[in-house]
Amino acid sequence: MTITADYETVEDRPVRPVDPDTTRVTEHGHARPAWLMMTPFLALYLLFIIGPSIYMMVMSFFDTSLTRPGLGGFAGFGNFAEALGSSDFWSSMWHTVWFTILTTPPLVVLAFVFALLADRASRGRWFFRLAFFLPYILPSAVVALIWLWLYTPQLGLLSKIVTGLGLTEPNWLGDPSLAMWSLAFTTVWWTLGFNFVLYLAGLQDIPRDLYEAAAMDGAAPWQQIRRITIPMLRRTTSLVIVLQIIASLKLFDQPYLMTSGGPNYATRPALEYVYDMGFTDFRTGYAAAVSTLFFILVLAVSAVWVFLTRRQEQGF
Amino acid sequence: MTTLATGTGVRKGTRTEVTQAVVDRRLKVFNGVCVGVLIAFALIWLVPVLWAIDTSLKPNAETTSTTWWIDHPTLDSYRTLLAQGDIWNWYASSFITSLATAAGTVLVGSMAAYALSRMRFRYRWVVFWFILIGIMIPQQALIVPQFREFGALHLLNTYWAVILPQIPAAIAVFIFKQFFDNLPRDLDEAARVDGAGFFRTYWRIVLPLSRPVVAAVAIFTFVWSWNNLLWPLLVLSNPKLMTIPVGLATVQGSYGIRYADTMASAVLGALPLVLIFLFFQRRIVEGIAGTGLKG
Repeated sequence: MTITADYETVEDRPVRPVDPDTTRVTEHGHARPAWLMMTPFLALYLLFIIGPSIYMMVMSFFDTSLTRPGLGGFAGFGNFAEALGSSDFWSSMWHTVWFTILTTPPLVVLAFVFALLADRASRGRWFFRLAFFLPYILPSAVVALIWLWLYTPQLGLLSKIVTGLGLTEPNWLGDPSLAMWSLAFTTVWWTLGFNFVLYLAGLQDIPRDLYEAAAMDGAAPWQQIRRITIPMLRRTTSLVIVLQIIASLKLFDQPYLMTSGGPNYATRPALEYVYDMGFTDFRTGYAAAVSTLFFILVLAVSAVWVFLTRRQEQGF
Repeated sequence: MTTLATGTGVRKGTRTEVTQAVVDRRLKVFNGVCVGVLIAFALIWLVPVLWAIDTSLKPNAETTSTTWWIDHPTLDSYRTLLAQGDIWNWYASSFITSLATAAGTVLVGSMAAYALSRMRFRYRWVVFWFILIGIMIPQQALIVPQFREFGALHLLNTYWAVILPQIPAAIAVFIFKQFFDNLPRDLDEAARVDGAGFFRTYWRIVLPLSRPVVAAVAIFTFVWSWNNLLWPLLVLSNPKLMTIPVGLATVQGSYGIRYADTMASAVLGALPLVLIFLFFQRRIVEGIAGTGLKG
């Protein structure tokens, strides 16, 4: 009796499940293949992302030059002090921030409104997706060529439209106080589709019966939007805003291609300042210090994004 | 609007029916206005692209008339550009570098994500956070040290310089990990019990189950790599190796007032990705929606 029972226990004992969390044995068995499978990524990551990041921070303390090998003389905080005391540095940083201020509100609000309108269309959504998203997949160089042509004084389409309305034509890209607005305008056209698509997806996640219930209670469409749609999209909106800020801070292509940072450096953003210092003036150490400051700015905003997305996930 | 609705209501009778009719009618009108407004905006959004195509089909001399009407439609600008040959080199460079980047990112990223999602080893959370930092690092800020690094490696003016730094995309690891985490474990655990190794399980079972996310990451990486300007501009000075954005940026000024040629080059530069987009429209859009990512 006892013996049979013992046998039964052995027979019935389930095959040990591969539960990695509980047993030390499996943990041991996992380590080698795990590191092997992560090696290709980690190697490239260390070599081309982490390595350069550290190298940049080290270099920012030296008088490194593009024309000489090696780090050059130690400069201490000299590069940082020079950057923080330089009006060129501050104006380029301000241009980046100003561009972000100009582009983020329209890119968030318009994308939201367009998505809201598209959500009401029963047919032909592919057409809206095509119209708004198509510009997003154009290379910046193509966008620049098209808009330089649109902005061309006297001959461009915009000139024709503005003079047709009986207004005097502004110098879109040549006027220092207007150039950044023109770049922002082009950018809204170029990248709106991305946020539009994010919002469309967010809208599709809102249960339809919420609207139906509200409609039965006599809520007008506008009230439905205010009471249901906007609160339900809060998470999407915070994501869109942070992603948009990060993307706008990385401004480089549009001024580089359309105004060369001009007129008279009026549109030169932080990244182009780095580019000019590092690759035109060959002052690598100084450019590294400016990069480090820019790096910290973007990193701080990105940390907010990571916090927003991670918070939703379990595990870590 | 209200008058119309009341009219129907009177004919109908009971109170609930009145309300329903009012609501329906009101909603229909409102939706109609919404769609009308949106169509107007969508058309405005298409104007720049249509204008570029329109201009490219005119003879250079007639582009200054600023009308949509084309007196003498011609493909001369396209013929000139294609005959010149630069654009073929740019296409080739863009395809090689973008395909290699996309393939590399998918392979390397999904392998690391599989390890993080399915395997338990010491320091797993350290690795996790170490890669998480990568999401926050703006690659554009690293041009100075990366340029020196590739100079020291003697890899400037090679495709490697464009491809290698784009492969370790931390964001890809997290997109894959998220997908793997939500994948039922029964199948790959069954394979493991049957004696398959981790790599075999990943390659034969998990990866084939992950087609949608593989496609999304591959298409995105391809598009970003294709449109990347700053880094390729720095490392590719040989005209034979230039990618489309770099090539276009370099010749930008040289067309002068030949606006038709300029617009034809813009259309040709946009064409491959536009075709890819039209083909994969649904997948691309769902990919962004599902992952909420941005370069």
